[in-house]
Amino acid sequence: MHRFSGGDKALALLIMALAALALLVLVGPVLVVLITSFTTSQALRFPPPGLTLRWYQELFDPVRSAQIHRAAGNSLLVATLTAIAATALATGAALAIARSRAGWARFAEGAFMAPLVLPGIAFGLAALMFFSWLHLPPSLWLLVAGHAMIAGPFALRTIGASAAGLDPALLESSAALGASPWRTFRRVVLPLIMPGVAAGAFLAFVSSLDNVPVSLFLSSAQTDMLPIRLWGMMETALDVRVAAASGVLVAVAFTLLLVMDRAVGLVRRMSA
Amino acid sequence: MEARGVWRLALPLGIAQLLFFAAPLLLLAGTSFSTDENLTQTSLRAWREVVGDTFHIQSAINTLRLGALAVCATALLAVPLALLHLAAGPVLRRIILIAAVLPLLTSVVVRTFSWIVILGREGLINTTLMGLGLTSAPIALLQTEHGLVLALTQIEMPLMLLPLIAALARIDPALLDASASLGGSLFRTLRRVVLPLALPGLLAGATLVFASATTAFISQGVIGGGRLNYLPALVWQNAMVVFDWPLAAAMALTLMASVLMVAGLLSLLGRGARHA
Repeated sequence: MHRFSGGDKALALLIMALAALALLVLVGPVLVVLITSFTTSQALRFPPPGLTLRWYQELFDPVRSAQIHRAAGNSLLVATLTAIAATALATGAALAIARSRAGWARFAEGAFMAPLVLPGIAFGLAALMFFSWLHLPPSLWLLVAGHAMIAGPFALRTIGASAAGLDPALLESSAALGASPWRTFRRVVLPLIMPGVAAGAFLAFVSSLDNVPVSLFLSSAQTDMLPIRLWGMMETALDVRVAAASGVLVAVAFTLLLVMDRAVGLVRRMSA
Repeated sequence: MEARGVWRLALPLGIAQLLFFAAPLLLLAGTSFSTDENLTQTSLRAWREVVGDTFHIQSAINTLRLGALAVCATALLAVPLALLHLAAGPVLRRIILIAAVLPLLTSVVVRTFSWIVILGREGLINTTLMGLGLTSAPIALLQTEHGLVLALTQIEMPLMLLPLIAALARIDPALLDASASLGGSLFRTLRRVVLPLALPGLLAGATLVFASATTAFISQGVIGGGRLNYLPALVWQNAMVVFDWPLAAAMALTLMASVLMVAGLLSLLGRGARHA
């Protein structure tokens, strides 16, 4: 960083070594999973004795992997609906919080972010109790309601950051020129906060797609979700198709990350 | 969109959260003080079973210990990486950020699965150790606490790293130059300038890692399991296998109360540090 003395050099070296280890720990497992998905072995031996596309073939086989495909379809549908619901709710809340300096806004912001810290497993169980108390049978809609609560804070964070940067003068001049609030929102506000909204929607989508604690309690045989199905495959007989499914998920996540980063600066938004 | 009446825009989320978040949690609390899931009669039976059973107490301690270990392990690696990010050029910065975000976007099931491959009997660590002749037989890493902490270090590290990087980004580079030019050693600059400014990020990261590691049902079960029991597995078993909902509710609330207490303590710590 700067001019180093002897003791400084040792400290800088230690920091560099730990940072390199941190990078290795972060990225290594992702590479390990990708390599394992091509293994010829029935067991999870690493490094793999040989390479094959066999597990991908089995994973994409419509008959033998029908259950996985159905779970993936359910997960994608729920994640899409969750992203829409969470983004719409969070956009309204973000605009309200950004435009108000009152005490309630600070309180509401804290309350809206609470699902991020409260244990997901407690909320999952609570949601199951609540819906069974209301005599509602398991359905994808209940999963959307549960996922949207967990996804809300992710959307609110990025949309809130965008909304906080809005210039009030722009909104006032739009109103002064006779635009209705809805027209101001469509023509002035939304275009300005769009990158934050898109990033928020994406994070809400991913949070639903990966959700375990809520799906654990709310999914059923008919509303099976992908992470729960993969967990079942990991718990019982170790099925190497999990590796192929993981390979697909990693590839999709990496592609989406690059696309969303180019489009709306996702990485910068997540680290600010 | 005048500022007056703007609060109405927050109403839909507020109502949704009351209905689908607050109401279920209230029912959870009610169920824990009841004889059965239909809230027929109030009873302290579930809470007596949680507090009076050493097995349950030990599971709660295991869970909190796991959260604390995960916080320490992620901080040990994330703080140096955040410092490297602060000192790095644009290309390395980008690599570090992508490395931080990518695991966050891949399912926790995938991240857990990769650690089975790494920690298993024929996994990466054992084949490496045996290849180097450091051990003759595979060592047990799966179903051990240190194996689980190692896995959680990766699984939860982004939650520590991103708030740290965000906090460090607010440091004025001129401040570092000033400290160095005034003769401050690297150690002094880090201790007196960088770390105090990084503290809010560290505390935010610690809260997120603790909350996430203590509730990480799948990682705890698939990697850790074994002889150590953790609260999320007990919550799940009692709710879905034994169908003792009051007991499951009392355990879930125990977990929630512990996480909230730790989050509150960390936030107090942050406030104290700011005033010091």
